[in-house]
Amino acid sequence: MAEQKRLCMVVFDGTVDKLYPVAIMASGAVMNDVRVDIFLTFWGLLAFRKGEPYKVQAISQDYAQQAGAMMALMQEKKVPHWYDTLLQAKELGDVHVHACAMTADLMGLTKEDFEPVIEDIIGVGEFIEMSQQASSTLFI
Amino acid sequence: MAEGMQVTREIDARGSFCPGPMMELIRAIRSASVGDTIAVLSTDQGSKRDIPNWAQKAGQEFVGVEEYEGYDRIIVRKVK
Repeated sequence: MAEQKRLCMVVFDGTVDKLYPVAIMASGAVMNDVRVDIFLTFWGLLAFRKGEPYKVQAISQDYAQQAGAMMALMQEKKVPHWYDTLLQAKELGDVHVHACAMTADLMGLTKEDFEPVIEDIIGVGEFIEMSQQASSTLFI
Repeated sequence: MAEGMQVTREIDARGSFCPGPMMELIRAIRSASVGDTIAVLSTDQGSKRDIPNWAQKAGQEFVGVEEYEGYDRIIVRKVK
């Protein structure tokens, strides 16, 4: 049997414009039968606190000027929410979402504080081990 | 709806963006029976390239694309 194809993503940013590509890349991986491991850290992890995914509104400062117009366009064209896209990818494929232990400890958060999509809280060492099995690792 | 090939099930994913139509198709194929044909209506430009590629990789049969005014009807048969 061929070795499983894998993609890793480190999600550091918690703004909508970064969370969209995370969800869409994960979907693309699912289409290609690629396992995905997402390591949420810092702002990226905070966006996955319970109830938070649907509340996140912030856009990267670099694009703040265009944020309103972009969000209006996406709403008008009925682009699905990034979190729904991610949940769909997880439902259809081999997608795993991990929380960064360092961030969780720093913020005093436990697994119960996060959305159920997060499977576990892992250390960076374990994530790097996963990344060693993947052909690419993205930092978002 | 214009004349087209008869299918077991048709999914209207028009207006849905990449990766929407492809993901809808994967979901439909999962729940279909072997031998079923599924058509996806898509306005997304990526679908008619992505879906044949996916079918080949997934071992499903890509039947064809029918092009209509403003959208494509992409047909796949579940063979396993």
